[in-house]
Amino acid sequence: MTAEQRARSLGVHLVLIAYSLLAVGPILLVVMNSFKVRNAIFGSPLAPPDATTFSLVGYEKVFRSSHILTYYSNSLIVTLVSMALVLLFGAMAAWALTEYRFRGSTALALFLSIGIMVPIRLGSVAILNMMRSAGLNDTLTALILVYVAQGLPMSIFILSEFIQQIPKDLRDAARCDGVPETRIFFEVVAPLLRPAIATVAVFTIVPIWNDLWFPLILTSSDSTHTVTLGVQQFLGQYITDWNSVLAALSMAILPVVVIYVILSRQLIAGLTSGAVK
Amino acid sequence: MPRAKLAGLLLFFLGPAVAIYTLFSIYPLVATMALSTYTSDPSGARSFVGLANFETLLGDALWSKPFWNAFSNNLIFFAVHMCVQNPIGIALAGLLSLPGLRLKGFYRTVMFLPTMLSVVIVGFSWNLILSPLWGVAAGALKAVGLGSLFAPWLGLESSALVTLSLISVWQFVGIPMMLIYAALLNIPEELIDAARVDGLGHFRIFFHIKLPLVLPTISLVSVLTFVANFNAFDLIYSVKGALAGPNFATDILGTFFYRTFFGNQLQLGNPTMGSAVATVMFFIILVGLCLYLFLVQRRIRRYAF
Repeated sequence: MTAEQRARSLGVHLVLIAYSLLAVGPILLVVMNSFKVRNAIFGSPLAPPDATTFSLVGYEKVFRSSHILTYYSNSLIVTLVSMALVLLFGAMAAWALTEYRFRGSTALALFLSIGIMVPIRLGSVAILNMMRSAGLNDTLTALILVYVAQGLPMSIFILSEFIQQIPKDLRDAARCDGVPETRIFFEVVAPLLRPAIATVAVFTIVPIWNDLWFPLILTSSDSTHTVTLGVQQFLGQYITDWNSVLAALSMAILPVVVIYVILSRQLIAGLTSGAVK
Repeated sequence: MPRAKLAGLLLFFLGPAVAIYTLFSIYPLVATMALSTYTSDPSGARSFVGLANFETLLGDALWSKPFWNAFSNNLIFFAVHMCVQNPIGIALAGLLSLPGLRLKGFYRTVMFLPTMLSVVIVGFSWNLILSPLWGVAAGALKAVGLGSLFAPWLGLESSALVTLSLISVWQFVGIPMMLIYAALLNIPEELIDAARVDGLGHFRIFFHIKLPLVLPTISLVSVLTFVANFNAFDLIYSVKGALAGPNFATDILGTFFYRTFFGNQLQLGNPTMGSAVATVMFFIILVGLCLYLFLVQRRIRRYAF
């Protein structure tokens, strides 16, 4: 490597490091200060906690004065059930659309893709009316139904691309052996879609876990709030109690960061595999 | 395949997805539009009024002033994303796709992290950091000798909207970065090698060869940004509340829709007017999508590799 090349490579790394710091700095700052006593939060915000400044008082308060564990389990139930249904129904629909020739298949595919671009949020007034008259208001079921409807178009789109890449011979061989269509899908095709799951999950889990709008509109009691809504309301009430606010923020950040760091390899592979073009 | 058997299979495979999607996505959109042509009296009885709600929304000063304020704020919100988020995304993607770059996996992971977080969390975190009370931002500026530049940006009418837009840019820059990065990786090596043999440097290869080839992705990113921005709500609501202060300086269509639909300290919730606002938002997004499809998408040359 020549000196010029080395200098250029150093410059590139400096830019990337600077931007990386900008990206994680604010998050680190919040999480770090959530473990400190109040005086240290204000006195030396940029210093990590040490033996004299370490404190969990904010976390104690959050656990005592909010239903944070209920919120977590609600978010988990809503996200996991929605994702399972989006994957199952999405894969089934993608299979039917790519595999079977029938009149109106193009029109149906177009109809299903409206939801990729048009936000379902704009139908909120009618969604609330429907849920009220069906008696589903303030239930997790209402959230799950809306999120499945929201996630299906993108998952059908991505999974169709994957199904098209599966070699034709595989299912034709099964068909010659007289295997029924449902078994071909569930036992031959579905297992081959495993690599696509990470990609679909990015586009399903993240918006659901982070959504504020539908919990705000469809749930009213503490027992049905999700983490995002619960933390939002908690922060509104305790805005002057910095220990609690920083602890609540960190508790909402940490699970996502942990899952992200574990899954990031597959997740980024999914994003960059060109599934969405 | 016999027709009856095919119909049965289609019903089994497509039935659940089409049913849930139609019932909870398409039907509510249509029903909301239908509801926007009704009005309700205090007893809750609804009567058909045609386009009167839209006349009120766009004509009555009490409604049109906040509406156009929200709309123009939304345009500014979008403009900041287009002018800041997408160029930064392109630049980062360009750097990450340089051949032989070390640690690129680490950089990608770190830079995409904010995109994974809830907008609510991001909004509150920046609210604390920029607050004059905590002094992290003021202290950081002072440390580099720019202390006099600090102002309570989120609290001033003149700067609150741009500050919130920049916070949103900070969070979502990962999306254009990743999509453009993926497009850059798909450019065949031979093309770049040929340019290098011809004596072009990294910069000229990027601007004259790579960038034109990823234009389709950049225009897709732009339309995604447009839809997301004209549907935004969470960030403004979590930092500024439903009233989008100071003095509605950060009010965008999403918060305006929420206030109209649900009401707040200043007004009662009004589902039929809320439907009218949602319908107008729908048409704004539709116009944007059509412009994209007819003006941009059709003119883009697709390169087959």
